[in-house]
Amino acid sequence: MNLLRAIGLTLLFLLATLSSSGAGEADLRGIIANFATAKGFSETGTVVHDLAATGDPAVEWPLAALADGNLYIRKADSLVFVGKEAGDSVELFDPLSGEKSADAAKDDITKIKVNNTLRRVIRDALGTLTLGAKDPAVRIAAADTMFKTPDAANIGPLDTAIASESVASVKALLEQARAASVLVSDRPDADKLAAIALIGARSDRNAVSMLTSVEANASGAVQEAATAAIANINSTLAFWDAGQNIWYGISLGSVLLLAAIGLAITFGVMGVINMAHGEMVMLGAYTTFVVQQVIRTSFPGLFDWSLVIALPLAFLVAALVGLAIERGVIRFLYGRPLETLLATWGVSLILQQAVRSIFGPTNQEVGNPSWMSGSFNVGQLAITWNRLWILVFALTVFAVLLYVMKRTPWGLQMRAVTANRRMAASMGIRTPWVDALTFALGSGIAGIAGVALSQIDNVSPNLGRGYIIDSFMVVVFGGVGNLWGTLVGAFSLGIVNKFLEPYAGAVLGKIVVLVLIILFIQKRPRGLFALKGRAVEA
Amino acid sequence: MRGNFSTITKMFSASVVAAGLLMSAPARAADDTIKVGILHSLSGTMAISETTLKDAMLMLIDEQNAKGGLLGKKLEAVVVDPASNWPLFAEKARELISKDKVAAVFGCWTSVSRKSVLPVFSELDNILFYPVQYEGEESERNVFYTGAAPNQQAIPAVDYLMSEDGGSVKRWVLEGTDYVYPRTTNKILEAYLKAKGVAAEDIMVNYTPFGFSDWQTEVSAIKKFGSAGKKTAVVSTVNGDANVPFYKELGNQGIKAEDIPVMAFSVGEEELAGLDTAPLVGHLAAWNYFESVDTPENKKFIADWHKFIKNDKRTTNDPMEAHYIGFNMWVKAVEKAGTTDPDKVIDAMIGVSVPNLTGGYSTMMPNHHITKPVLIGEIQADGQFETVSRTPGLVMGDEWSDYLPDSKDLISDWRAPLSCGNFNVATGKCGGKGTN
Repeated sequence: MNLLRAIGLTLLFLLATLSSSGAGEADLRGIIANFATAKGFSETGTVVHDLAATGDPAVEWPLAALADGNLYIRKADSLVFVGKEAGDSVELFDPLSGEKSADAAKDDITKIKVNNTLRRVIRDALGTLTLGAKDPAVRIAAADTMFKTPDAANIGPLDTAIASESVASVKALLEQARAASVLVSDRPDADKLAAIALIGARSDRNAVSMLTSVEANASGAVQEAATAAIANINSTLAFWDAGQNIWYGISLGSVLLLAAIGLAITFGVMGVINMAHGEMVMLGAYTTFVVQQVIRTSFPGLFDWSLVIALPLAFLVAALVGLAIERGVIRFLYGRPLETLLATWGVSLILQQAVRSIFGPTNQEVGNPSWMSGSFNVGQLAITWNRLWILVFALTVFAVLLYVMKRTPWGLQMRAVTANRRMAASMGIRTPWVDALTFALGSGIAGIAGVALSQIDNVSPNLGRGYIIDSFMVVVFGGVGNLWGTLVGAFSLGIVNKFLEPYAGAVLGKIVVLVLIILFIQKRPRGLFALKGRAVEA
Repeated sequence: MRGNFSTITKMFSASVVAAGLLMSAPARAADDTIKVGILHSLSGTMAISETTLKDAMLMLIDEQNAKGGLLGKKLEAVVVDPASNWPLFAEKARELISKDKVAAVFGCWTSVSRKSVLPVFSELDNILFYPVQYEGEESERNVFYTGAAPNQQAIPAVDYLMSEDGGSVKRWVLEGTDYVYPRTTNKILEAYLKAKGVAAEDIMVNYTPFGFSDWQTEVSAIKKFGSAGKKTAVVSTVNGDANVPFYKELGNQGIKAEDIPVMAFSVGEEELAGLDTAPLVGHLAAWNYFESVDTPENKKFIADWHKFIKNDKRTTNDPMEAHYIGFNMWVKAVEKAGTTDPDKVIDAMIGVSVPNLTGGYSTMMPNHHITKPVLIGEIQADGQFETVSRTPGLVMGDEWSDYLPDSKDLISDWRAPLSCGNFNVATGKCGGKGTN
């Protein structure tokens, strides 16, 4: 009997707790209805708090919709709906049951406005609600939010979550979030010291941020521990900062390499001062844009492949334009550098204005495929995917080009023409065609550089302008006519630039680099790796 | 000898100008159209922003002609291309005024182009309408500033960030492109923030070159600065093309608007059109107009614009509204003066009041700046701005900032008898100098 009674009581108790934590649907509706009467962000924030306080998982959907700006009030009856825009009208759904209601015209409903502060309030509120979510990524986000917004009231829910957590990495984050909450609670100092040790082990900027506020508010042993932990983290971070500068330098170097590598062929190998080189990059970027437009309208599923599809097309477009320039203009001007410079400058203006007339003067949107978005951490080093892929891509292009130059018959002919044009002609090499194809190759490479650069820069008719000076700088610094020189030149300029930037600022940093190059060219006029040979000496 | 020679040249040029004026007067009277000059770059780096303004002006002139023109005459647009080349702006301005005999000029975007044409406008006595937000510290008799002065954009924007709604920001990054507008604006903001009790170590100022594209170091410096346990915001005066890589880097390094919001003064609907805005939702901009503002006037303006440009995806932006206001003010002033003679129109302009697109009226003040509301908007996923804050009333443009030691005693009033753009109230003399 006793046992039965105990079970019955427990059941009753469970029922009671369930109904009190999961407030009745009517209650929730009552609170949600308050959105219609709330004026201003702070009152809407109060409603959010009330909703979150119910602890009912059902409020997650309407709150997330509010954060995304998808919660609407129907003007006719002041009812609150989750909306989904579909053309000119909005599909309305009940915020709790998700039941579809009649569509409404945009004029018949008002969107509940949100701003950053409100979005943060919602995020914090959702944090506690989503601790038990199925998706580990959501739990990580929740733990992260709770770490950044510590609250003594969070300790309880976090303890429950830690106890039931199975993924080790998520568990560690939850424990850190709990430690952060302990630090703002009135728990004994011993607990707080343990919490500081736990947070100190994170050794990232968020930990510093958290400990700095602890240091300011605490006293005695806790304060000392916080100070020590901050000093400890800062020395680790200083090490990572240096690593970060090197990575940024390599990344900038890869961009410089991409922009300059085509020029290393046209200017380095052929000796043509091609001021329209930047415009070839620009054409490549616009090809990417056109490819993405076609994919967006006709084959949306292929979007992640857009760059791969754009690569050969960009190469073709830029190579053909390059071929046309060589056949139409440059071949009449070999051996007259000044005229070549002026003529290609003119060509660059024509190309820019042509693109401006066709596509308009405004920037065009080139999207990042999902595999090029976001970043990942190596220790305390945040590495963005797009920069990493560009580095890989630049090195691949370099390797392929090196292979073409050193291992193919065409490369052999190119090098022969460079070394001694008349001798090569006497041996039966059709030098005019080698010239034309070499120029087309250089331009095509610039075109595929444009595909990569469209991911980090804006696609506008002026895109090429920004790269032409840097490209010449890299080629001249590395040594005219030497691909390895271009590689080393690009990376050393990138790294020097990025090491100077934090100390001297971007403007002064660039000036210092330019001055260094001028001094270097004074000392070694042929650049890092000077090409040796009779034709070059002549 | 030298002195004599220069006197002779002076006399010579004076007589040329006089002859020009004599010849221009009857020519203007005889013409059956009124010419309006449009001085915006259609090629070069600034074409991205300025071409739209040229089109907007053509549309406004078309509409006025459809309404029957002005003073019984048709308006005729004279478009020239100064090609983003600052000295060429002065040449083209001279060409518009002396050769084409325009009644007024609408043009310029960058401050340096405006500074380059100022001497031409005062020498040839014509009118320039300048439609872009700028750094202030200037008031010329021949120029009407229809864009925002710093107190109509920068100061209310910072006020919003400091407020509870804006997130009670305590730490500030002032990030800008290295030229006159960001430098002066940041000087004003720094002085303003310090006056509001912000400590010097809570302000970080950084500049980058024009067209800067590698933002990795800057963005990670912002991240580092923002991790000091105080709410941090970035106030960005980054100009033009450099914005796109800046926002891309912010998105990629995972800086969310909820954590470190970026308040921009040079990013409008036009700039966002070249971006995937999904990672940028919540970042802010301060302007006097947003395309998303829901008023009948704005709806009509957008519809007219789409019809005129034959593309319903083209956005409208703040400088376009400034031209809309400026043009309507000029039309009204010409009607009031009964002539297009610049001298008379300049005097008639002061006090002219026309509807703006955000549901109010803008009035030309004696300092040649106008009254406007200030709107703070958050970037939305569709590339538009959602207004999150709006000044309760209209804000009057203040050309000489009260927060800079050099200019705080200066005022401008172009009405007789003062007729001075830089009157020093401390010394009681006309001819003070601001900070530049």
